[in-house]
Amino acid sequence: MSDPLNESDEAAKARRRRNLAIGLALAAFALLTFIVTIVRLGGHVADRTF
Amino acid sequence: MSNMSETTVGPATGAGPARSGDFVALLKPRVMSLVVFTALTGLVCARTAMSPTLAFVAVLCIAVGAGAAGALNMWYDADIDGLMRRTRARPIPMGKVQSADALGLGVVLSLLSVMMMGMAANWLAAGLLAFTILFYALVYTMWLKRLTPQNIVIGGASGALPPVIGWAAAAGHTPLNAWLLFMIIFLWTPPHSWALALYTAGDYAKAGVPMMPVAKGSASTRRQIMVYSLLFVPVAVAPAFTGLGGALYLAVSGLGGLLFLFLAWRLARTGSGQADGAQSGLYEVKAGSRDARNLFAFSILYLTLLFAALLAERAFGLASLPPLLKGFS
Repeated sequence: MSDPLNESDEAAKARRRRNLAIGLALAAFALLTFIVTIVRLGGHVADRTF
Repeated sequence: MSNMSETTVGPATGAGPARSGDFVALLKPRVMSLVVFTALTGLVCARTAMSPTLAFVAVLCIAVGAGAAGALNMWYDADIDGLMRRTRARPIPMGKVQSADALGLGVVLSLLSVMMMGMAANWLAAGLLAFTILFYALVYTMWLKRLTPQNIVIGGASGALPPVIGWAAAAGHTPLNAWLLFMIIFLWTPPHSWALALYTAGDYAKAGVPMMPVAKGSASTRRQIMVYSLLFVPVAVAPAFTGLGGALYLAVSGLGGLLFLFLAWRLARTGSGQADGAQSGLYEVKAGSRDARNLFAFSILYLTLLFAALLAERAFGLASLPPLLKGFS
């Protein structure tokens, strides 16, 4: 395992950007899952009887 | 899951740390754009009412699935990618991304895209998407590509499936017209790929990939391009007679098809690809390769126009021609 303290400024900056991209991608996926769920369930979902 | 940051710091080649764009490049964005286009055409041609949100998610899933397959391809082919000019600037041969990270990205995106497709559309579409990814990664990349000059003929099935997946996502089933779109791309792939291979054969030979011009020679390849073109063009025109395409489609496919056949015939009569070792730039055209380049370039335009015509007819509400061949819808 590499020591993050030894990485260059450029490498650290690139790592932060990659982590930010992964975070945004995960957030987008969660949002997409929520939207798809709502659309598939349809309106007035809370009023349905199961 | 491995930490991307620790596996990509300080690559051995000194190419610099991986950036997000390098991971995007693993997904082959240009291929993704073509996949989006053909998948959207299939989805629209299904003529089934579908929530625009779910339609968007379905096409997104197909695009991400195709990207995942691209990442798996780059993971497995990193050794030969580094030997060819067309591919040596890819992130793994450049040392920007480690192959294990590409594998992880490909597997994760494959799973997410298939699961999301199942949730957003239906499991037929999800199953077809999973099959497409597995076929491209396992059958084409790992098995056929380095084994046989028929690699792109059989492997072309994975590139031909996106419109069928789009159709399945919208309609929940795949009638013959959906498979006609599949056949168009499937039969288009050999003349398209071999025309390119005729003037890049030196690269493939160096990497040990038995593309048709490398394995059988340029004369045989040019003959086979002609044969596949004769099979392809009638199939490209066929949707005008199966209730799928209208007058615009008939005009585009017919006129374009004639030009396609003319370019294939002219290529068959020349010596394109015979001086493969002397190429100096990847897409630089030697005098003898001009016919191969012309067919390659027109093949892209023709396929684009075919699908654009179908999309335009749907978008502008143009009627399809009455089907002469029944049972395709």
